Amino acid sequence: MHCPGHLELSRRDLLIATAATSVAISAAPSLAHAQNQTSPAARPASSTVNLTVNGSPRSLDLDNRTTLLDALREHLHLTGTKKGCDHGQCGACTVIVEGRRINSCLSLAVMHEGDEITTIEGLGTPEDLHPMQAAFVKHDGFQCGYCTPGQICSAVAVLAEIKSGMPSHVSADLTAAAEFSEMEVRERMSGNICRCGAYPNIVEAITEVAGRQG
Amino acid sequence: MKAFTYERATSPAAASAAMASTQGAKFIAGGTNLLDLMKLEIEAPTHLIDVNDLGLDTIEETPDGGLRIGALVRNSDLAADARVRRDYGLLARALLAGASGQLRNKATTAGNLLQRTRCPYFYDTNQPCNKRKPGSGCSAIGGFSRQHAVVGVSDACIATHPSDMAIAMRALDAVVETVRPDGTTRAIPIADFHRLPGDTPHIETTLDAGELITAVTLPAPVGGTHIYRKVRDRASYAFALISVGAIVQPDGSGRVAVGGIAHKPWRVEAAEAKLQQGAHAVSQTLLADASPTHENAFKVTLVERTLAAVLNEAKG
Repeated sequence: MHCPGHLELSRRDLLIATAATSVAISAAPSLAHAQNQTSPAARPASSTVNLTVNGSPRSLDLDNRTTLLDALREHLHLTGTKKGCDHGQCGACTVIVEGRRINSCLSLAVMHEGDEITTIEGLGTPEDLHPMQAAFVKHDGFQCGYCTPGQICSAVAVLAEIKSGMPSHVSADLTAAAEFSEMEVRERMSGNICRCGAYPNIVEAITEVAGRQG
Repeated sequence: MKAFTYERATSPAAASAAMASTQGAKFIAGGTNLLDLMKLEIEAPTHLIDVNDLGLDTIEETPDGGLRIGALVRNSDLAADARVRRDYGLLARALLAGASGQLRNKATTAGNLLQRTRCPYFYDTNQPCNKRKPGSGCSAIGGFSRQHAVVGVSDACIATHPSDMAIAMRALDAVVETVRPDGTTRAIPIADFHRLPGDTPHIETTLDAGELITAVTLPAPVGGTHIYRKVRDRASYAFALISVGAIVQPDGSGRVAVGGIAHKPWRVEAAEAKLQQGAHAVSQTLLADASPTHENAFKVTLVERTLAAVLNEAKG
């Protein structure tokens, strides 16, 4: 038999039950953490990291997920370094860390405690261009310019790598010291993609700087 | 990317123990593969154990005349090492054929061995993939499979291992040294390190849970002519369609390992025993059990032709 009173009671029960369920849901995560052997919940999901960027010491509190690229662009507002693919495939984010070029998009900022980082802003200024920057301007080594900061950081490091004798895929003799050639530049710069296709002029710019360095 | 907590490990044993006692943890070294996959949430660790401070970044000579390569030695440093260039040219060549200068500056020796497949269906989280989501199916079988494996495949997975370095390590009989969470160590021959997909393609190596690679050792140099020939869709900065790593002795005997055709570096000792008979004889045995798809059958021919080119080059 239908009983209106029963329905009212049910509604009240339902409200009570709903409130109890939401408490249970909000309690669940801490219960799950308590069951872990060690508790990641006790550790923060952010960290403090100290970097030296273009000669200046910088201290940042960052979500652990922050890539070096995002730390430079979004937190230090050094927007010269570009985000292209964000997956290490295009080279637009290339910076020089501890003297070596890397893809800043595939590196966590928290993993760079104490590191010295050079971005395009640290190589030269509009008033006082780095020789590689000047050569890219002179030889028209870009069209849209988006890949250019990465190209220039990479190119500066490539010349240092050749100078240090590091071999490449196209070096004919592995045991001999590497020598500068157009083929070497093309191979060593293959991690920097230019969608505009300014490659011939980029090679010319790098060749000019290499010649000047002797 | 999912949120995670972060710690820097202070010793290999401590890192391994922390890994075993922390749910959802992963080691991170160079990060060039792991972070890529974390951005796509194919990997979603809740805790990262940074192993970069463990001091495993040196290359030392072993008492028996070989080399012990620390797990954290960067690919570019390994390729540039004078001893590697002189005595293990195959390894230097394979390293230099992989990735880009920027990536080689970060990527480590151990991380290179542990990198995941570049199968596009593994990367596409909208598609079934037994490696990414066990039991969900394989989209590559019957899909676009030009890049995929032709030998050692299963009904669950036809993905390839993408490493160039591992091909050289396999031909050189490298040994992977590890430490386990209980502090014990062991040495795994590279031949036993990577697994075929079988019905558990998500389990890619024979490492135990929490086990950390500390070094890769190479036996004393074996001499011979070292050649690594990689065939790919562009001249640089692309994964292999196939690659052939070979060490050829003056009498024409030698070793051959092939990349881009299987879930692990593919070396068949019975096949390389036929090196003096030429590329056809070797590849007949090497690929005897090949079961290519209609899109990657070309790899069977390409292996033989590339090996023929390598053997010609070895004659000088």
